[in-house]
Amino acid sequence: MEYFTQQLINGVTLGSIYGLIAIGYTMVYGIIGMINFAHGDIFMVGSFVGLIAVVVLGISAATPFFLLILALLVVIAIAMALTAVWGWTVERIAYRPLRGSFRLAPLITAIGMSITLQNFVQISQGARVKPVQPIVTGGYTLMESADGFVVQISNIQIIIIVLTVVLMAGFTMLINKTSLGRAQRACEQDARMASLLGINVDRTISLTFVMGAALAAVAGVMFVLYYGVIDFYIGFLAGVKAFTAAVLGGIGSLPGAMLGGLLIGLIETFWSAYFSIEYKDVAAFSILVIALIFLPSGLLGRPEVEKV
Amino acid sequence: MANSTEESALSTSAVGAEIEDERRAEAVRGEPPFTVNPPSGDAFGAALKDAIISALIALALAGPMVGLRTETAIGGLSLTQNWMPVAAIVAVVFFGRLFLTLFVWGRSSGIRSVAATSFRLLPSGTQLSNWKVPGLIGAIAFTIVMPFLPFADRYWMDQAIVILTYCMLGWGLNVVVGLAGLLDLGYVAFYAVGAYSFALLATNFDLGFWVCLPMAGILAAGWGLILGFPVLRLRGDYLAIVTLAFGEIIRVVIINWYDFTNGPDGISGIPRPTLFGIPFDRSDEGFAAIFGLEYSSIQRIIFLYYIILVLALITNFVTLRLRRLPVGRAWEALREDEIACRSLGINTTNTKLTAFATGAMFGGFAGSFFATRQGFISPESFTAIESFIILAVVVLGGLGSQLGIVIAVIFLNTAFEVLRELQEYRMLIVGLAMVLIMVWRPRGLISTRHPSITLKGKAKAVRAELVGEGSG
Repeated sequence: MEYFTQQLINGVTLGSIYGLIAIGYTMVYGIIGMINFAHGDIFMVGSFVGLIAVVVLGISAATPFFLLILALLVVIAIAMALTAVWGWTVERIAYRPLRGSFRLAPLITAIGMSITLQNFVQISQGARVKPVQPIVTGGYTLMESADGFVVQISNIQIIIIVLTVVLMAGFTMLINKTSLGRAQRACEQDARMASLLGINVDRTISLTFVMGAALAAVAGVMFVLYYGVIDFYIGFLAGVKAFTAAVLGGIGSLPGAMLGGLLIGLIETFWSAYFSIEYKDVAAFSILVIALIFLPSGLLGRPEVEKV
Repeated sequence: MANSTEESALSTSAVGAEIEDERRAEAVRGEPPFTVNPPSGDAFGAALKDAIISALIALALAGPMVGLRTETAIGGLSLTQNWMPVAAIVAVVFFGRLFLTLFVWGRSSGIRSVAATSFRLLPSGTQLSNWKVPGLIGAIAFTIVMPFLPFADRYWMDQAIVILTYCMLGWGLNVVVGLAGLLDLGYVAFYAVGAYSFALLATNFDLGFWVCLPMAGILAAGWGLILGFPVLRLRGDYLAIVTLAFGEIIRVVIINWYDFTNGPDGISGIPRPTLFGIPFDRSDEGFAAIFGLEYSSIQRIIFLYYIILVLALITNFVTLRLRRLPVGRAWEALREDEIACRSLGINTTNTKLTAFATGAMFGGFAGSFFATRQGFISPESFTAIESFIILAVVVLGGLGSQLGIVIAVIFLNTAFEVLRELQEYRMLIVGLAMVLIMVWRPRGLISTRHPSITLKGKAKAVRAELVGEGSG
């Protein structure tokens, strides 16, 4: 029971990170119907920007608590802003010129962008892994079993979960209540009609990329703080898993992306805990295949209506 | 009532203001504004403004990533500052954007789109068919005599083998993506299955290349069927992501199933191919001794070259013939419109499965050739990036075009070789080139299609815009 609880906490933490990345996939897919393959690498760029900000600000575990929280917020803000610029640029260079064009073309430019970003970071920041000293330390003991197994929730896990919940709530508000969110949903339903009604579709799509990149940047910073080690290649696997999460939850659906992220995180953690850690990726992907066969439109997605 | 009119008037003015804002933003962004002839005095100012904004974006992008390099140091990370490259990047973006806006894009807004559609890499239609047969014969003759031409040393032969291997992979994937319109991002899985089946059969059961080659192909085709069944119901991008996941699953299993596949260490000592049992080595039974030649390692390379040439030509020939068979026509019909296919009584399940299996089989052949050529395989060779490159070859060449794939492979390989000097910048440039080429020609290098069957008379090339998208 104690072991289970501990894995549950770890799984929810990991799932939060996947969920934040998955939102970027699901929104972009919803609005222009393409897999933004470079999104995983946007996440990676976000984690690097966060890392650089952490080093520049000189944050360490020794920083006093309130200052630390403030500094982390600054780091997240910097990462969100700069990564959003990356997301915007990728859209502008690789996807906008191909709008309304042959369907596979943006997929290839996305792969090209992914290769470009990975190699750009590899050249500019070096190919070796970047270890970070733990910054947020400490935690709370929740329960203790008879044989001495301690269930702990660490401060960083609390920060990740709380931040994810806050961001998700804010983001849902943004999509449901603001005019930007309305424009976004309108473009998702029918881009041409939206443009006839005076919505600047190009700008809305750009903003979708910007928002997705900003959330991925938060996930990136959380990843740095949680795992303490990054390299230029983390984007690929995280990206594929986040996309799996988006598909599992029902692509195009925001709560679906979050739910899918949580599920993928939990599956991966429990699989590593109870079966074998080597095959955790296989488990995540097998779930994807099984989910798609029995639930082609995902858990919360609307079934596609085929028009002839 | 009055209230509502007031409100609507308000909202109209708000929308008007928004449109005004957008216009201004558009002008700042340097895109062609809606006026036909923009006033020339303003043009330079706008271009300058636009270039400054681009430079600022470049600064935001490159500043922290290039300017501040994190280095692993004792007790954490340290920073090294190098602002010169940042300055260079920003300057290049500024002047490049300024130049492009003033002298390339600014001239006439219509030019770009017209150029994109009217420009053809090859003369289309009848002109092409006049050159087709002699061109084809010439190309095949050249590939056959190539090993004996004076320039063909070890380096060139190796390059030729790599080019042919990728041509074969491209042609194999073309069956799935180009003909049947099923987007497969995990093609490298079949390549891996082929390579590992050959390597395992050869090292465990002491079988030779020629026995294992068909078995590797059959096993890969079997895996194609196994993958094909569950994904039959999926469409488009879902299919893409499942095939990608499948490719990763195969790789992870190969890495972790240590007892069977030797894990990340790979399999070495894979036998070399023989010519009717004659090995290419220094021994008395070797090729050189029997034919009275002086031993040279290039003989084996030339032999490998011919094997892959024949395999690639078989792939191409089989694909071209299959296109004329009912199954091939069903593939292309499936690509164009699945619903129409179903209503015409085509069994879409079987059609998709045969496409998967055929493509996988060619991938398996190429994989076992790869294994025998290298003599050593490891999971490193079968990463997702390999799948992407093969897919990029197919799409860059122009979906469904056999010749386009050859051109794309030669182009990519040449790019890799020319950029070898630049080492780590190589992939960066290749990635950017992929983006730029796709933006320039979204339909690939050869975008016209020749119908595989016509009612009567000569087949006319079909323009790219009229061809279906392969949305599977």
